Amino acid sequence: MATLFQGLPSSTAFSSSNKFNHVPAPTSFSERKSSIVTVRSDARWSPVLNYATHKPQRLITNAVATKADSSLASTSSKPGHELLLFEALREGLEEEMERDPCVCVMGEDVGHYGGSYKVTKGLATKFGDLRVLDTPIAENSFTGMGIGAAMTGLRPIIEGMNMGFLLLAFNQISNNCGMLHYTSGGQFKIPVVIRGPGGVGRQLGAEHSQRLESYFQSIPGIQMVACSTPYNAKGLMKAAIRSENPVILFEHVLLYNLKDRIPDEEYVLSLEEAEMVRPGEHVTILTYSRMRYHVMQAAKTLVNKGYDPEVIDIRSLKPFDLHTIGKSVKKTHRVLIVEECMRTGGIGASLTAAITENFNDDLDAPIVCLSSQDVPTPYAGTLEEWTVVQPAQIVTAVEQLCQ
Amino acid sequence: MSFSATNFAQPRPVPVGIRSNEKSLSSDPFRFRFRGSPSFLGSPHSLRFNPTPPLKLAIPHSRRSPAAAVTDVSNGKMVKSSANMLITKEEGLELYEDMILGRFFEDMCAQMYYRGKMFGFVHLYNGQEAVSTGFIKLLKKEDTVVSTYRDHVHALSKGVPARAVMSELFGKATGCCRGQGGSMHMFSKEHNLIGGFAFIGEGIPVATGAAFSSKYRREVLKEASADHVTLAFFGDGTCNNGQFYECLNMAALWKLPIIFVVENNLWAIGMSHLRATSDPEIWKKGPAFGMAGVHVDGMDVLKVREVAKEAIERARRGDGPTLVECETYRFRGHSLADPDELRDPAEKARYAARDPISALKKYMIENKLANEQELKSIEKKIDEVLDDAVEYSDESPLPPRSQLLENVFADPKGFGIGPDGKYRCEDPKFTQGTAHV
Repeated sequence: MATLFQGLPSSTAFSSSNKFNHVPAPTSFSERKSSIVTVRSDARWSPVLNYATHKPQRLITNAVATKADSSLASTSSKPGHELLLFEALREGLEEEMERDPCVCVMGEDVGHYGGSYKVTKGLATKFGDLRVLDTPIAENSFTGMGIGAAMTGLRPIIEGMNMGFLLLAFNQISNNCGMLHYTSGGQFKIPVVIRGPGGVGRQLGAEHSQRLESYFQSIPGIQMVACSTPYNAKGLMKAAIRSENPVILFEHVLLYNLKDRIPDEEYVLSLEEAEMVRPGEHVTILTYSRMRYHVMQAAKTLVNKGYDPEVIDIRSLKPFDLHTIGKSVKKTHRVLIVEECMRTGGIGASLTAAITENFNDDLDAPIVCLSSQDVPTPYAGTLEEWTVVQPAQIVTAVEQLCQ
Repeated sequence: MSFSATNFAQPRPVPVGIRSNEKSLSSDPFRFRFRGSPSFLGSPHSLRFNPTPPLKLAIPHSRRSPAAAVTDVSNGKMVKSSANMLITKEEGLELYEDMILGRFFEDMCAQMYYRGKMFGFVHLYNGQEAVSTGFIKLLKKEDTVVSTYRDHVHALSKGVPARAVMSELFGKATGCCRGQGGSMHMFSKEHNLIGGFAFIGEGIPVATGAAFSSKYRREVLKEASADHVTLAFFGDGTCNNGQFYECLNMAALWKLPIIFVVENNLWAIGMSHLRATSDPEIWKKGPAFGMAGVHVDGMDVLKVREVAKEAIERARRGDGPTLVECETYRFRGHSLADPDELRDPAEKARYAARDPISALKKYMIENKLANEQELKSIEKKIDEVLDDAVEYSDESPLPPRSQLLENVFADPKGFGIGPDGKYRCEDPKFTQGTAHV
């Protein structure tokens, strides 16, 4: 843990040239080492105190320190392995299932079929039909069943074949998942992970293109995270499974086939922290999930035009990492939020309120929030494109903001 | 060990639904013959009704339990042949005490409510004690009970102390849920009572999950002693709700160790069961999913107990779920706010004559299992328990402000990282309960 993270000045983390056409690598090696080191844009690191639960996230420090000459040099000599995002999710899931026999999966077609997006492929053969349970099509009930199992000692991961289907489970998620720890006076904990693909895909139609983060965010007692790269997908999956709180992990249909290199060593990320994607000076762009890629694409254009945007993937949709966000706002004084959520009552709306409440004095301009339009996602490709935020809009917004 | 769904795709022939005063059992699976027309349910208007069952409790044909030894001999009382007794004296007294506790507790609740000691929605269980006592007194401590908003007596039967339940109702910090749950959310980890749910039907999947846990422990974690069963209590109104059917399906499919206990008291607030349900015979819905469906007279604790025994044994063996429909009745309104104007007074009178406590009392006295004195002393004891519970609750402190944020998350890191870089739960305002989340 004491290893210094050496020599990654902010400007090299993302040069404008070649990083934006594919998945950007994690911004610094320190992120790989430890879930509790946050990277600041001035290349100093500072530890966030790790308030250990009874399952401490300890492995990270040892993992890197296995070699005697533990330093960045050794990390870079272990390049890790390449895989796609859905495989990263599967790896995280598999590791946790091996580690703790109480971890189980339930959902439609997760077992023999391997999951509609292959996140659970092969797990049923390995762990058995009871640990990777194919459920009938009854979201409300099997979500409730997962909650009951969690209250009696198991650690289920409930998969919604599409996040939108979890609307049918809203009763259980809101009333039971979020509230039972409180109404029972703390007697029962509900360590479930509810996960599934959501977001706007390629012409999937309105009902399969929903973003439920806005509906779930008001439920007290749950945490929500959104993954966007293979690296953070695996890390967040593991963190969510180990968490004693109910966590909703939002994946995106279009990101499952992203390829990237992730460390061989075991690592767990923090559920509450945001990820610095690209440090900058002029404007803070807050985003999550698929919009991260639209933002990075826009950033390429912006850098060519002479702007220096700071891009943060907020990752934790509830609660917000006000520290990373706040530090950024205090530096750049301008905020642009880019999200795929609906305009009304979305994550961006909450984030705007939170920033205004906490950092109003640091803002030189009103916060601009680019969200999807309040339109049921049309089937037609052209119309679908216009409901979602595109890189050109991001570029225009930054230009206007920085005037 | 992997278990394949194909193993239980075939519903095995299920035991016939037993009606506990049926003299002979049909060997035809999935069908059930019973006396008279399917008008055993009371109706609000036309007075079709069952003749009052004989007070001497009939023993179901196959239920002659040789193990029902009588211990009265040691007390020097002359008793008749023990082979016919369904219960021993100890068991009888235990059942009586539990039902008296339930009844007196609920009456005390009503009193306290009208004195302004508790607020909100309070749903009382008067009249239905036979179901709670009949089932729960057969359980082990590790077995799980899931209930609805009408959960005070289930909590008491399961062993939650009257003090803890009463102070929860008073909203005090010493309540079983620290005052945070209230009347409709009774929980006890120690006694494996996992709710207490305000929306009907939403506890049934949770119960299914508890049963799943038990099966998982046995088959995946290989814990040989994991034969715990789960009881899910709910009403007739719930039986028209999707969650009920979805869970019947899953429980039968995976042979979960669960018993679905329907407390059919014929009324869902002001909606008569017959007006809400296309086929009012709920027990029939069990065989439709491949599980045993049983109808029992829920005003008779001994009949309920016999049915419960079989259902619990079935679940413990790993032979899957049972659906038990208990015909019962609530003597009070749906809640203390319900004027209860829709129910026919004649119907109420009919069921009042079948008061389960009076019935058990009569049985015990007639069969020389106990005398008036002993039963009176039980009632006195319960009076004292309740007075103590009320006194304890009165004197208990209200929850302090510092309690406000403590149980929102099991891991309070869930409140996130504040602007200063520290986790918000580190903020002293959190321990004082004055932080805004």
